[in-house]
Amino acid sequence: MSGISKELLEQTLRKKLEAEYVEVVDTSGGCGQSYDVIIVSKIFEGKSVLQKHQLVNETCKSEIAQLHAFSQKSYTPAQWEAQKQKQTS
Amino acid sequence: MSSFTRPFSQYCLLLTIPFSRGLAFRQGPRLTLGVSSFTRGFVFRRGFTISSRGFVFRRLPKMVSPNNFSRSLSNALKQTLDESVQKNDVVLFMKGTPDSPQCGFSRAVVQILNTQGVDFKRIKTFNVLEDQELREGIKEYSKWPTVPQVYIKGEFIGGCDIMLNMHQSGELEDLLVKESLINIEDSPIDSQEQKQ
Repeated sequence: MSGISKELLEQTLRKKLEAEYVEVVDTSGGCGQSYDVIIVSKIFEGKSVLQKHQLVNETCKSEIAQLHAFSQKSYTPAQWEAQKQKQTS
Repeated sequence: MSSFTRPFSQYCLLLTIPFSRGLAFRQGPRLTLGVSSFTRGFVFRRGFTISSRGFVFRRLPKMVSPNNFSRSLSNALKQTLDESVQKNDVVLFMKGTPDSPQCGFSRAVVQILNTQGVDFKRIKTFNVLEDQELREGIKEYSKWPTVPQVYIKGEFIGGCDIMLNMHQSGELEDLLVKESLINIEDSPIDSQEQKQ
């Protein structure tokens, strides 16, 4: 259990999930084992929350296995737009 | 849920190479070689067959394959988990106990279930910190990399993120009411119906 770097996690998510937007927040306080992640990708279209999470978990299995905590929010581009609107208003 | 039934592909056509010349129906150890459509690989194992002919259909006790990472999930554990998940209304795999959770995410899930008013007598909790085999095995069992994990009425619901999401959106309450896990009189959904 060594943890992985923020950059590596971000890169992996972008590449494997064809993500348009990725936001990785290191919540570990330095040990690199705890991350909050926002992923926006077209491949989430038409999937339930559980399915999205499973997709992310499956594709990043080896990376997540090295972490203690991995909290994800996954949106389709449309959902992400709506989310941003909500936050600004 | 599909994970509770063995896929047909686990029944493999095995070619047995008889090392001892056996009579038909004589039981004896053979080295068997099989081709699995599921894993697209070869399966070697010593097994018992009851035919001296070359081709036998045999059920494999466990798949052996480089693709299959079922190293930490033993058959015995899988069976125990199957039973627990089917028998109990709610099953929660967590770090620590409901009274003293050892992880913020596990604590959050306990709090959500508390807030929803689920009777903890109906929740079977497993403390994965007490059992290393369970701690690794459950990740594979649910195909979910983290703890906590929640099952409701035999179905995998998700981890902390999903529980929180469903709690906030009202989906969780709907589900709990539907499965009659929370008192219907207390629920706003039912009071609406009564008004009508």
